[in-house]
Amino acid sequence: MSMNNQGRPSSPVHTNAQSEGFKSFSGHKGLRLSEPLIFELGTVETSGVDTEVLEDFDLALGGLDRTAEIGCPGLSEPDTVRHYTRLSRLNYGIDMGVFPLGSCTMKHNPRLNEKTARLPGIGDIHPLQPLSTVQGALELMQELSHWLMTLTGMPAVALSPKAGAHGELCGVMAIRAALEARGDARETILCPESAHGTNPATAAFCGYKVKSVPGKANGRVDLEALKAALDDSIAAVMITNPNTCGLFENEVKEIADAVHAAGAFFYCDGANFNAIMGKARPGDLGVDAMHFNLHKTFSTPHGGGGPGSGPVVFSDALKAYAPLPYVTTNEGTLHMHEWPAADDTTLGRLTAFHGQMGMYVRALTYMLSHGGDGLKQVSEDAVLNANYILASLKDVMSVSFDGPCMHEALFDDGFLKDTGVTTLDFAKAMIDEGYHPMTMYFPLVVHGAMLVEPTESESRFNLDQFIRSMRGLAKAAKSGDVGRFEGAPYYAPRKRLDETQAARKPVLRYTKSDEA
Amino acid sequence: MRYLPLTDNDRQVMLDKIGVRQVDDLFQDVPEGDLNPTIDLPRHKSEMEVERHLTRLAAKNTAAGSVPFFIGGGAYKHHVPATVDHLIQRGEFLTAYTPYQPEIAQGTLQYIFEFQTQVAQLTGMDVANASMYDGSTATAEAVMMARRVTRRKCAVIAGGLHPHYRAVVETTTQFTDDKIVVCETMPADPTAELQALIDTIDDTTSCVVVQNPTVAGHVLDLRPLAEAAHAQKALLIVVVTEVMSLGLVMSPGEMGADIVVGEGQSIGNGLNFGGPYVGLFATNQKYVRQMPGRLCGETVDADGKRGFVLTLSTREQHIRREKATSNICTNSSLCSLAFTIHMTLLGEKGLRAVARLNHKKAQQLKAALAVIEGVEVLNDAFFNEITVRLPGDAADIVETLASKGILAGVPYGRLAPDAGLDNLLILAATEIVTDDDIAALAAAMQEAVQ
Repeated sequence: MSMNNQGRPSSPVHTNAQSEGFKSFSGHKGLRLSEPLIFELGTVETSGVDTEVLEDFDLALGGLDRTAEIGCPGLSEPDTVRHYTRLSRLNYGIDMGVFPLGSCTMKHNPRLNEKTARLPGIGDIHPLQPLSTVQGALELMQELSHWLMTLTGMPAVALSPKAGAHGELCGVMAIRAALEARGDARETILCPESAHGTNPATAAFCGYKVKSVPGKANGRVDLEALKAALDDSIAAVMITNPNTCGLFENEVKEIADAVHAAGAFFYCDGANFNAIMGKARPGDLGVDAMHFNLHKTFSTPHGGGGPGSGPVVFSDALKAYAPLPYVTTNEGTLHMHEWPAADDTTLGRLTAFHGQMGMYVRALTYMLSHGGDGLKQVSEDAVLNANYILASLKDVMSVSFDGPCMHEALFDDGFLKDTGVTTLDFAKAMIDEGYHPMTMYFPLVVHGAMLVEPTESESRFNLDQFIRSMRGLAKAAKSGDVGRFEGAPYYAPRKRLDETQAARKPVLRYTKSDEA
Repeated sequence: MRYLPLTDNDRQVMLDKIGVRQVDDLFQDVPEGDLNPTIDLPRHKSEMEVERHLTRLAAKNTAAGSVPFFIGGGAYKHHVPATVDHLIQRGEFLTAYTPYQPEIAQGTLQYIFEFQTQVAQLTGMDVANASMYDGSTATAEAVMMARRVTRRKCAVIAGGLHPHYRAVVETTTQFTDDKIVVCETMPADPTAELQALIDTIDDTTSCVVVQNPTVAGHVLDLRPLAEAAHAQKALLIVVVTEVMSLGLVMSPGEMGADIVVGEGQSIGNGLNFGGPYVGLFATNQKYVRQMPGRLCGETVDADGKRGFVLTLSTREQHIRREKATSNICTNSSLCSLAFTIHMTLLGEKGLRAVARLNHKKAQQLKAALAVIEGVEVLNDAFFNEITVRLPGDAADIVETLASKGILAGVPYGRLAPDAGLDNLLILAATEIVTDDDIAALAAAMQEAVQ
């Protein structure tokens, strides 16, 4: 019994008073606290940081000191802690529950990763320190490289790309550089219809036209259509494998052979590598370049939208075009190759420094924890979990393609036909069930797509609970319980938001006139 | 394995439910012969073993906080309040995804809105995006945005732009028909460097890219440059690699910038050997729809309550595919959160105070080095970074000082080995530098240059 109650234990009280629906005076609802913007809370005179007080001195700024008000408000430390703690509670994260966002691999983020990333010898070293003072950092980069090359069976890796899309850019640039070295950059890159939007955007960025390759009825690339599209104008084919329908491209080697026979390169989007670690190596399948998303496969936190990290592995045909900088070894001492030598064919520098060291250390920590054996188990469990969901929902939802899936299960909105419930409604109703929705309306190749990726982090208990909710929702939709869906979510911190208004008259920052 | 919840019994029950005998039946589409390759990697390790391994690697490095430290050159060691790192590790922030489901991501969206506002205020611009990978990639994106706005292809780059940034711009645009003109680097004569830039602008120029303070630490008056650029209908892109300077130096917006990009690492983020950092991107209202990257906007929900969403996504790759303004997908959200929390702790008052302290330390550093015979300080107007000319190769002197436990700065030759500026050393002094640090550096430098 707590001291606060002074010996008066509380017990449930049944009254006739309205238990819901009244407005609090504060705007809060118990533990659900509403929170203003810092601009409404703080003042420019407030600070939560103490600094050494200086006597006046002459500035050496050439008369360019900032005299006009900046306008950034400050908060004291307690108010800052409270503000951001309250905001955090409006978010859903992996730490709270199943996060089945397809193609995003929302797996558990081990806290050991956070600890090692904050070791002073790792988190507190400068990218331009003398190399003699960062030998451990270079060793770490080499060790990570070794793991990535071994898992993929590829002979080279570029660590520096800052995220998946940046890795794609790196890969396609290397392809273009290799083709130009041959004397013909070619014109077009082929992307399947099911590709991530970053693929065609990246191709265009490198000066290529993009041509779409149709899929087959079984959700794979149409090999015959691909062959028909291949000629000496094609620079590369960009294929995600396992693909965005959650399926392994079973004709991947035939694809690679056809691509190479046409003198083109095979770029593999490695977003879904979590399905095949230790099970299959892209290097055995004819891939020339593939990026990883360390924030997906290797558990570095998504952080609400980055930072990511997108290392790229290269085949022998492309490795000479890899970007700078990279680590080299010379008689036991590690060096950083930072500028091109006279005969270098490198595609150049993609970022100011050496990439996302903070993500390298987390990813390596994760890999060392699992070991080669554990990583293989990761992929097996991820695939098993997805197939368990597929098997448990196939009688009430519409499975888009037959056969086992890889690490994610794709459904379409066929089962919602004539119910008045859309994929969007269904997704929002999942929020009321306490889940983050699956990926919706992607890939584009099926109608009203719902892409469910549970990852290996979920226990059978968690999966069964999730399945119970999904089955319940599917049945509710079919039984005409439209009300459950059309206004959903009902139990989230916000109801559905008006995105049309946001885009029509964009308000992208706070201004004082906003106060109401 | 501690991260994997399934038991062997679970696995069997699940395989039965699926209707297959073994897990490899689920991998039936992998070509025969390629399934289950031999992978020669160590077996799994306990948490303690992994931590020991990483700690040993870390111990081979010299942590910036353990020695007198004067390295800048695009990444700066500042004191980050303990509150920042505590708050960003809340699982609701750390383990959230991109806020594509705004009803359950208002925490992320609101801090992005706060971040966008803070960046706009700091840079003196109308609007900012939700962040980019880092300052260098933001600079490349700005060059491409200027092309979209002006429909011209020629970007003029100042000699005072960080050579790595210049390299990133060149790499990023190498397969387009953009033309990148790089003006002469004159670390000893910032006025001439600026004039060379002005003289290069003509009616084909899409943008002028200038860094302030320059890579050599000079604070420039950009107003004449803005005037010259605008007279030719070119955009002025201002790059800020030390965002702390905006607490003391007139903002790029006030000087006439059309786009401001920057490295936000200094506020809220550690050195991390070069990443992850947080790229800043701000511009004026009229160019909003040409911006790259994510944007968060204010709106209302079905009950009329204020809320935030990602907006103007018709610019982005997942909608526009090959016609997108950029292929960028991620921002640097958690780093932008660290920025926002640190900035909220500082407020304008705290930012100005820390910025003044930086400037004061740099003045002390300059004074201490200027009296050493053979050492010539090149800066008159500067914020927290200065460049000195040494009587010998700066890289050798830095190595000598490193062996004495002093990290003395960035040899210019490390940034640009072909520039013929190997005798130059760039030194930064932030609020973390003590009087003793400066004295130790000056003494060791004196000895090294004799």
